[in-house]
Amino acid sequence: MGYYGRPIVKEPVWKVPDVPGYLFLGGMAGASASMALAAQVSGHSELIRPARVAAAVGSLASVGALIHDLGRPERFLNMLRVFKVTSPLSVGSWILAPFSGLTALTVATDLSGRFRWIGSLAGGAAGVLGPAMCTYTSVLLADTAIPAWHNAYPELPFVFAGSAMTSAAGASLLVSPSRPAVRLGLIGSGLELTSTAAMERRVETYRSSKLLTAAKALTVAGAGLSLVRGNRVTAVLAGASYLAAGICTRFGVYRTGTASVKLVSVQSG
Amino acid sequence: MAECHPVGFQWVMEAKARGAKIIHVDPRFTRTSAVSDVFVPIRAGSDIAFLGALVNYVLTHGKEFREYVVAYTNAAAIINEDFKDTEDLDGLFSGFDAEKRAYDHSSWAYQGAEAQSGAGDPSDRTGGQQHRATAQAEQHGSGGATVSAKPDEDPTLEHPRCVFQILKRHYARYTPEMVEEVCGVPAAKFLEVAEAITANSGRDRTTALCYAVGWTQHTVGVQYIRTASILQALLGNIGRPGGGILALRGHASIQGSTDIPTLFNILPGYIPMPHARQHLDLASFVAEDAGRTGFWGNMDSYTVSLLKAWWGEHATAGNDFCFDYLPRLTGDHGTYSTVLRQIEGECKGYFLVGENPAVGSANGKLQRLGLANLDWLVVRDLQMIESATFWRNGPEIETGELRTEEIGTEVFFMPAAAHTEKDGSFTNTQRLLQWHHKAVDPPGDARSDLWFYYHLGKLIRHRLRDSTDPRDLPVQHLTWSYVEEGPLGEPSAESVLAEINGTGPDGPLSAYTQLKNDGSTSCGCWIYCGVRADGVNQAARRKPGRDQTWVAPDWGWAWPANRRIIYNRASADPDGNPWSERKKYIWWDSAAGRWVGADVPDFEPTKPPDFEPEEGARAQDALGGADPFIMQTDGKAWLFAPAGLADGPLPAHYEPLESPYSNPLYAQQVNPTLQRYDHPANPYNGSAFPYVVTTYRLTEHHTAGGMSRTLPYLSELQPEFFCEVSPELAEERGLEHLGWATIITSRSAIEARVMVTRRMKPLRMREQVVHQVGLPYHWGPNGLSIGDAANDILGVAADPNVHIQEAKAATCDIIPGRRPRGQALLDLVAEYRRRG
Amino acid sequence: MTERMGFFTDTSVCIGCKACEVACKTWNDIPADGVDLLGMSYDNTGSLDANTWRHVAFIEQTVQDDTRWLMSSDVCKHCTEAGCLDVCPTGALFRTEFDTVVVQADICNGCGYCVPACPFGVIDRREDDGRAWKCTMCYDRIGDGLMPACATACPTESIQYGPLDELRERADERLAELHSRGQADARLYGHSPDDGVGGAGAFFLLLDEPEVYGLPSNPVVTTRDLPAMWKRAGLAAVAVAAGVAVSFLGRR
Repeated sequence: MGYYGRPIVKEPVWKVPDVPGYLFLGGMAGASASMALAAQVSGHSELIRPARVAAAVGSLASVGALIHDLGRPERFLNMLRVFKVTSPLSVGSWILAPFSGLTALTVATDLSGRFRWIGSLAGGAAGVLGPAMCTYTSVLLADTAIPAWHNAYPELPFVFAGSAMTSAAGASLLVSPSRPAVRLGLIGSGLELTSTAAMERRVETYRSSKLLTAAKALTVAGAGLSLVRGNRVTAVLAGASYLAAGICTRFGVYRTGTASVKLVSVQSG
Repeated sequence: MAECHPVGFQWVMEAKARGAKIIHVDPRFTRTSAVSDVFVPIRAGSDIAFLGALVNYVLTHGKEFREYVVAYTNAAAIINEDFKDTEDLDGLFSGFDAEKRAYDHSSWAYQGAEAQSGAGDPSDRTGGQQHRATAQAEQHGSGGATVSAKPDEDPTLEHPRCVFQILKRHYARYTPEMVEEVCGVPAAKFLEVAEAITANSGRDRTTALCYAVGWTQHTVGVQYIRTASILQALLGNIGRPGGGILALRGHASIQGSTDIPTLFNILPGYIPMPHARQHLDLASFVAEDAGRTGFWGNMDSYTVSLLKAWWGEHATAGNDFCFDYLPRLTGDHGTYSTVLRQIEGECKGYFLVGENPAVGSANGKLQRLGLANLDWLVVRDLQMIESATFWRNGPEIETGELRTEEIGTEVFFMPAAAHTEKDGSFTNTQRLLQWHHKAVDPPGDARSDLWFYYHLGKLIRHRLRDSTDPRDLPVQHLTWSYVEEGPLGEPSAESVLAEINGTGPDGPLSAYTQLKNDGSTSCGCWIYCGVRADGVNQAARRKPGRDQTWVAPDWGWAWPANRRIIYNRASADPDGNPWSERKKYIWWDSAAGRWVGADVPDFEPTKPPDFEPEEGARAQDALGGADPFIMQTDGKAWLFAPAGLADGPLPAHYEPLESPYSNPLYAQQVNPTLQRYDHPANPYNGSAFPYVVTTYRLTEHHTAGGMSRTLPYLSELQPEFFCEVSPELAEERGLEHLGWATIITSRSAIEARVMVTRRMKPLRMREQVVHQVGLPYHWGPNGLSIGDAANDILGVAADPNVHIQEAKAATCDIIPGRRPRGQALLDLVAEYRRRG
Repeated sequence: MTERMGFFTDTSVCIGCKACEVACKTWNDIPADGVDLLGMSYDNTGSLDANTWRHVAFIEQTVQDDTRWLMSSDVCKHCTEAGCLDVCPTGALFRTEFDTVVVQADICNGCGYCVPACPFGVIDRREDDGRAWKCTMCYDRIGDGLMPACATACPTESIQYGPLDELRERADERLAELHSRGQADARLYGHSPDDGVGGAGAFFLLLDEPEVYGLPSNPVVTTRDLPAMWKRAGLAAVAVAAGVAVSFLGRR
């Protein structure tokens, strides 16, 4: 069956690692920004700056990855030519652009010590945008004819949400162990693992993804390691595991999707 | 047809949409087969057996259109008592001279009438050797050979020596079972075709046959067409709408290139080229035809008007209208003979115009050896084709047979203008002239052919202006003054058309019936007379079909006389009434006293159906009111050709010169009069070659590729030379899809990518299985899409009537892998030659 | 908006001449793809892509011992609900007054989102300039009352161009005719406004299952599920917010 075994739907032409990297960085940055806001509000002042830096670095790198994929910087500006709710990339650009600007501003004021109140306002705004940063990329993938992405749309946002939280927690743990970060990691791990399992039930092809298996193992490892108290090394290892898990999750989802054009068909919604 | 003539094929699809049944007979399953109702795979080279069996089916089942056959064909004519058929002589006709490999066809004549072979010499009755030497088949023009009077006839068709009975006996052995054995076509499939064709012929219905070089490129090519003609004449499918035998040509305007010929043996309008020894003056040249019946009886007027067009005021009755200025034939100057003369060093200069023989002609090596032995070669083409670069990248350079530094040929490459870059006309297979206007200027130094020859002629005339040598008079006296236009001095194509159309005392002529033999008219091609009637370019008319009658006479212009179906008198019964309402076309309006209908009648407009010619009448006056085939001397369609053919009055199946099979029909294996070209570089295959090979074209490429392999958009569509083989043959020879194969004959070996496809079917000929190898022949070493040339493996052997090479059926071997290079290639071929 | 214009490609009369491919490339000045023998019957084009806006598929089949050779000229479907147009973030893809879907090359930023969004695998990004390209239904011809290049070149009227409503009627008639002639496997594809893309502006008469021609049997515009997707993503974002908040609630 089929036409000389050729896939019907075209594989995405996006560059790797640019785009899966952009997915990961955006998620990590988004959750980190929210974490920074929460830390600010709850008075965990030692957690604010690392989270802010993670958000800024993540989002700027994410913009950089996108621009690299587009080929020329000015092409990113065309993203802001219109706002289209039917285009997750348009919506995402309108989230990413202010978010990256706000996080950069926040970090700049924080590090320079000037106009801190503006930085706090900007950081707050970024923290509010953060959750959207974490999950819009799932719609970006799902809103395509790539079978494994489209068919996974009910669970994919939660996979990305969970993964973003563990990544943010991981980034935080790398710098300093803290209970909020451990808790965030555990919550994220729980969400990611359960929603990944649900996604795999719906779209079987994810089950054979080695990257997703690795992601799960790393998540479990990160969670376990984070529970070892008072050990700086295990905290760093936990953070690294979480971040690696986040990378594996995004690359796993991405790769499974691109491979699925040869395997599965899009189901009617 | 869909494969090679997709634009023309639209009309077949339109007919299909209106309910026509499409039957496709071909060695391979093509794009035509894909949309046909019935596909019949056939062994290449066996079509006469297939068509002959259709003739037999018609005759044994009484399916002939009896009234048409009796009235309009020579079925009733009684043949000479001396005539012996292939039935009597096991594959030969009477009159065969084994030593000369030629026929004396005097025994084929009508009883009570004398038949003659060629122009001029009534004593010449050889249909073979002599015939071959001067290619006299074309010398009969469009009129066929001469029969000087009405034969004895038996309208009941019962006389044992009448054509109808001879035909019955001749084809009796062409049974469905024989078709199975010879063609590999199952009897049931054959009968399906026979029933469809006969059911679709008669008063109410007509069947058309279309063919291309798959029929003509055989050592029996002319007889292929003859068999089709017999079938169509028996079924009443000639001269009627929806009928006919339609030749599809390889190039645009190939029809035009025989009307205004590029052939060596005819002049414009199919006037024969005079022979050096036979035609010493105009009187002897036209003598035979002047005595003819039918419209060829006016050949003197056509010839004199042609001479007036060429030499104008210099052509007078006093100097035989410059008849002496015409070149003369001394023998066969056909393309393959010319190539052999090049190799022998006799032919030293050559013009190649829009032709790429190094790729496109059979036995490419022979062609290249010829080109390499010239003093000079002029190549006019759109692109740098292989025939212009053979001296540096031809296959013989690689094998070491030729060395660049030893080739003395001076090659002049002159870039040519494409059809969009010049004005002119195309004549298609329906004889329809369609004018095209220049859209853009040609790039750089590219010039039209018209520009090239006109200015070349001017230069030569300038050099000879002061010559007093009498041999230069034909050039000095030429009418050579076309209107020049634009900065490049482009001769006006319209002014050439005006010369072709002709003029008389009152200006532009409007019909060839106005031509005179007294020098008062000039006409460059009598059959085109009227194309510029009233001084208007009729070929440029483009009135849409929806704005005129269904025959569409106001689109372009068809020769002769803007007639869309020739011999259309046959669309009415002998009394002049339409055969049926459904197939009404031209009929006699007795009230008006003339022939009327949607087309221009191909008949004298006021000659009534019951007209009886007077004894001794000449030209058209000798034809009766019910003789539709007005170019024939007897006005009849010839089922039996009492004269004019080198290889027999009736078609008989002979195997191709190279065939792995013996002829099941007769002891005579091949056409006894076929034309061989014996040369060390043209050896014929022995028994070491078990497979049938046939060459063909693909839609995506144009002939030898000069116009397609050089273009990226076309090259990418068929990027490489490939061979097509059945899965069974692939299995037998270990060939892999997309792998390489080497195809070998005693001429050469070539390599091609392998296309394994079920579209190639092994055929079952009774006990044996026939495997065929299909080769598209477009490739060569130049251009964007390159590959070996299929024609390199073909030998040259030709039809004795028209010298067309047998390119459609030969033998080969095929083995997996790429071919050897250099000396090893020659060794491989030599090894096969040794094996036999 | 003027009348909706479309293509009806009747593959039952396609003779595989590829004149549509060449006419399209010539008119639209599309780069050549290079010479590559694919071994897919007579198809050396492979598929629709950035440099191929008409693609003739060749399918060799054996049906009851007889050979069948299907040919079909594929093209952008100009969907009523076009995924490519929906997901384009820049507005480079737009719907014309003829209800066709066209990319504006000067606006396209090469994000490539349209490529995986097309359920037919039509639109594609060109490697050299990085922008997305596809059939425009010859937007620069039909505005002047000309037919698209492919339909003009097609010798057998396999590619018909005209007002979509007329074409749909014509297709129904043709289908009925083929069925009455016993061609039971003839079917229309992309012709129903009720299908997953709201009906195609370029639809087909096929002689076998769509997959055989490389067409999806049940194409769905991906944005049909987009509201649900946003809803799920919103919920997930709330989960992130909640998760972060909860993390900071407990003991220090």
